[in-house]
Amino acid sequence: MNPEPVIEARGLTKKFGDFTAVDAIDFQVFRGECLGFLGPNGAGKTTTINMVQCVSPPTAGRLTVAGLDVGREARAIKKMTGVAPQEDNLDPDFTSFHNLVVYARYFDIPKAEAYRRSEELLRFVQLSEKKKVRIDNLSSGMKRRLILARALINEPKILILDEPTTGLDPQARHLIWDKVRELKNQEVTIVLTTHYMDEAYRLCDRTIIMDNGKIIEQGIPRALIKKHIGAEVLEVPDHEEIKQYIKKEFPEAQLETVNERIQVFSAQPRGVFNRIMDKFKSRGAIMRDANLEDVFLKLTGRRLRE
Amino acid sequence: MSRVKILSLLVRPELTRRVFMVWRRNFDVFMKTYKTNFIPPLVEPLLYLVGMGYGLGGFVRPQEGLRYIVFIAPALTAVSMMYSSFFECTYASFVRMYYQKTFDAIIATPVSLEEVIGGEILWGATKSLINSTIVLAVVIAFGLVSSPLFLLIPPLSFLVGILFASIAMCFTAVTPNIDSFNYPSFLYITPMFILSGTFFTITGLPQGLQLLAKILFPLTHAVNLARSLVIGRLNSGLLVSLAWILIATPFFFVLAINLMKRRLVK
Repeated sequence: MNPEPVIEARGLTKKFGDFTAVDAIDFQVFRGECLGFLGPNGAGKTTTINMVQCVSPPTAGRLTVAGLDVGREARAIKKMTGVAPQEDNLDPDFTSFHNLVVYARYFDIPKAEAYRRSEELLRFVQLSEKKKVRIDNLSSGMKRRLILARALINEPKILILDEPTTGLDPQARHLIWDKVRELKNQEVTIVLTTHYMDEAYRLCDRTIIMDNGKIIEQGIPRALIKKHIGAEVLEVPDHEEIKQYIKKEFPEAQLETVNERIQVFSAQPRGVFNRIMDKFKSRGAIMRDANLEDVFLKLTGRRLRE
Repeated sequence: MSRVKILSLLVRPELTRRVFMVWRRNFDVFMKTYKTNFIPPLVEPLLYLVGMGYGLGGFVRPQEGLRYIVFIAPALTAVSMMYSSFFECTYASFVRMYYQKTFDAIIATPVSLEEVIGGEILWGATKSLINSTIVLAVVIAFGLVSSPLFLLIPPLSFLVGILFASIAMCFTAVTPNIDSFNYPSFLYITPMFILSGTFFTITGLPQGLQLLAKILFPLTHAVNLARSLVIGRLNSGLLVSLAWILIATPFFFVLAINLMKRRLVK
């Protein structure tokens, strides 16, 4: 059976004046999968998901969510979508609990049901003790969790998470990750953006890497690593002598110099890598698993974007 | 700006009962602090009636044939309609829109931006209703009401509230920052407060200013109507005032929503 696409974009374009933020991209998100949008600042990730959540009308192209057009059927789409935005927009005039109850009202959820769900969601994100606490008195990690809970108040089929763990401590990040996994198990379709490659690797079934408004690569994280980097990366100090040795012994290797270290990528390196390791271990050579960050930096470059 | 762009500012908004969900959010916040919210509309008219009505009134000859305190009392209800709705939909709405991102949070739900702005304006009108009714109660307590028509003041305050809230929302849609509200506040609202027949009859003003007050100042018409209802003195001029308000209100209401869409839909 073919997987069923929940979100479909064709030639999706967004322009702000003369600036093209999203440049004719095509993508699909399938039911029950977690798709991650990766990309440097300004790549067009947030603009793309703003179009999916129907708050930003596309300039051109076609975008459907659950078969509904984002322009014509925004209300129906919003009804089944949960959004956890990048910015904290919790209502500072209310307590944690009331934030959820008031938000439930916008979805036309009856009061008794709204109370029940709010209690349950506070439990889900481990904030039951903070039920009567005003937003100002929550830590940033608690606020992120409450935003996640709020995004779930309408029992969404599609969940949009814009940088869900930016600025959080490791404990808070792991809690959010656990919750996202639980939701995935409940067949919720999840679209997230992140700057953390470990987050994308852990959570996403598939990632789309964007740069300058275009999709430059997409696929399963593990497959992308294998395709672009290989299994392992060797790092040695940036000395002329070491560099010459590697170039002689291992001419097909790709070298990249970063912060006075040389990174060596190769498709089938084991044997050669072991030889280099033995020779330069005492001078700080290390071997590590290739990761998504290597892929990301290789594809988008190391130049700062802002 | 091209003709098409100007016309797009007058497109009829699609509103559903969801405007009341937005209204209700603001009402809930109001009720959390209701005790402090009642202080201004209770204290201000007391001070004006005692200070200006009794104090200054001793030196002022009757205006339009009315004792000075009788003359200003109905105007105070109209002034409170203006201030409460105007400030609700300038400073308070701007804080919700810009600093609290409340609008962003709401439009991620089935409630549309049009409905958010509609709800905000409706709430501004409700503030006008609440505050001016309290002022009216003070005026009644001072024994300054002489006609049962005063019962029409609350519905009038809601209508006038929609008008001022809509005008306020137009400024909110174009203001670059919260400090810039000083322009409409001091160049429009404060002159209106003084020159709309509130504390002296506008026939005392130079011809040009009189005309200006009638054409540009909604408060002139609100004061005119409020005074007639409180003292029970009806004349054909009231129809002009009512017509002015009935035409301006839907115009600014629609304009406010479209200007806000232009600001926020990106």
